[in-house]
Amino acid sequence: MAADSDTTAGGGDGEIVTDVVIIGAGPVGLFAVFELGLVDVKCHLVDILGKVGGQCAELYPEKPIYDIPGLPIVSGQELTDRLMEQIKPFGATFHLGERIDGLARRADGRFDLTTDAGKKFNTRVVVIAAGGGSFTPKRPPLDGIEAFEGKSVFYSVRKMSEFMDKDVLIVGGGDSALDWTLNLQPIAKSVTLLHRRDEFRGAPHSVEKMRALVAEGKLRLLIGQVTALHGTDGWLEDAIVKTKDGEQKLSVNALMPFFGLTMKLGPIADWGLHLEENLIPVDTEKFETSEPGIFAVGDINTYPGKLKLILSGFHEAALMSQRVHKYVYPDKKLMFQYTTSSSNLQRKLGVK
Amino acid sequence: MAKITFIQPDGSQQTVEAKTGMTVMEAAKLNDIAGIEAECGGACACATCHVYVDAAWREKTGKPAEMEEDMLDFAFDVRDESRLSCQIKVSDAIDGLVLRVPSKQF
Ligand SMILES: Cc1cc2nc3c(=O)[nH]c(=O)nc-3n(C[C@H](O)[C@H](O)[C@H](O)COP(=O)(O)OP(=O)(O)OC[C@H]3O[C@@H](n4cnc5c(N)ncnc54)[C@H](O)[C@@H]3O)c2cc1C
Ligand code: FES
Repeated sequence: MAADSDTTAGGGDGEIVTDVVIIGAGPVGLFAVFELGLVDVKCHLVDILGKVGGQCAELYPEKPIYDIPGLPIVSGQELTDRLMEQIKPFGATFHLGERIDGLARRADGRFDLTTDAGKKFNTRVVVIAAGGGSFTPKRPPLDGIEAFEGKSVFYSVRKMSEFMDKDVLIVGGGDSALDWTLNLQPIAKSVTLLHRRDEFRGAPHSVEKMRALVAEGKLRLLIGQVTALHGTDGWLEDAIVKTKDGEQKLSVNALMPFFGLTMKLGPIADWGLHLEENLIPVDTEKFETSEPGIFAVGDINTYPGKLKLILSGFHEAALMSQRVHKYVYPDKKLMFQYTTSSSNLQRKLGVK
Repeated sequence: MAKITFIQPDGSQQTVEAKTGMTVMEAAKLNDIAGIEAECGGACACATCHVYVDAAWREKTGKPAEMEEDMLDFAFDVRDESRLSCQIKVSDAIDGLVLRVPSKQF
C-alpha cells in the first residue's frame, strides 16, 4: 500500500481496496474511525441498518445516557450525532443498509469481504464492531411461520410488483407498517392493516393518509392481533385475527409483520472465528481476535472483566488502533501524542 | 416491601419479595422468574418483560404511560391487562400483586 493510507475503488471486478473495513456503525464503530484517523488510517464502515448509531440510534434514540465521561446527560441520538461530528475530519465511507455476509483470508494475507448486496472489499484489516449482531426484523411467535417466510411472509419488500395480485395483510402501528400500507395499497389486489390499538406511532401525515383511504373504502383497517396462519407448502391461504368481536378468518396470501428489530449474531458465526457464547474473545492489549488482522471492539467482544458499556468500547478502539497502525505502516514508528498539544494531530483534525 | 406472585402459563406459581422502589421486572430477574427476559434492562425499549396483571390488581398498578403503550406494540398477544413489568414500581400499595407471564415473549 502507498505511504498514505487510502482507498481505491476498482481492484479486480469493481472491488473496493482499502486498509480497514469496520463492520458495524454503532457508537464504538464510529469512535474507531476517530482513533484510526489519528494514526492516519482511513476506513469503510458497513451496517445493515439504514442509519448510523447502532443500538443508541435504533433502540433508544430519545433516552438519556448518564455515563459518558464529560457528558452528564446525552440521548442516544445526540451521542450518535456528536460522534459523527467528531469523526467528520477523517472522511470515512459509509455503506448503510448492507450486511457483511462473507469474510475470507486471501492468499496474500489480506481479507475479502462481501455484502448481501454483492459489494466486495479487499482489506488489510477487519474491525468487527458488530455489537449484539445484525439488526433483524422480529419474527412473530406464530406456529409454523418459518415455513411461509420468503414465499408469503415478508419483513421487507424487494419488488413491489410481486404484490400486484395479492391480498396483503400488514401488521403493526409504526412507520414501516404505515409506509408499506400506503405504498402497496395502489398496487396490491387488497390491503388490510392490522394493529392492536386504534393509535399509531407513525408519522402523523401517514396516519392521516391511511385514515383517508379507509374512509374511501380503499383500505381495510382492523384493530386486533394475528393468532394463527394457515396454508400449504409455504403459500399462505388465511390468517386468524382476534379482534374485540372475537376471532375471524381473513383470506390473505401475503403477510408483512412489523414488530421492530432485534439483534442476531448472523453471519459472524460462519467466519471461522473462535466464539464464546456468541461473543468474540480478544486480548486486552490490542483487542485482536484468534485471527491476526481481525479485531473485535465494543459489545461483540469478550475478555476477563468485560463490561458492555460504550465507554469500554471507546477505550478498546484506542488500543486497537495502535496495533492496526503497525499492520498498515509496518515501517513507521508511532509516537504517542496528545490532541491538545500535537500540531500534527490538530492538522489532521482540521483545527490548525 | 411487597409480595408478588408470578403465574406461569402452565399454572405453576412463584411468590417473591420485592423492595419498595425497585421495579417488578427487577424483582422477577433477581428471583429468576422464567419468561421475563428484559433484554433492554428496564429501559422500556424491548417489550420482553411483558406481563398480564390480574383483574383484581389492575386499578392499583394503573394504566401504561404513552411510551409504554408504544413499546407494547412490539409485544405478542397484548391484552387490556398487559403491562411491561419494568414500568411497574414496587410499593406497599401493590403488596400481594398477582401477575401472569405470557406464553411467549417474542
Ligand atoms: C435501552 C438501552 C440502554 C443503554 N444504556 C446504556 C448506558 O446508559 N450506558 C452505556 O454505556 N451503554 C448503554 N447501553 C449499551 C450500549 O448501547 C452498547 O454498549 C453500545 O451500543 C455498543 O456499541 P457497539 O458499537 O459495540 O454495538 P451496537 O451499538 O450494537 O452496533 C453494532 C452495529 O453493527 C451492525 N452489524 C452487526 N453485524 C453486522 C454485519 N454482519 N454486517 C453489517 N452490520 C452489522 C448492527 O446492525 C449494529 O448497528 C444501553 C443499551 C440499551 C439497549
Ligand atoms: S425490560 Fe425492556 S421493556 Fe421492560
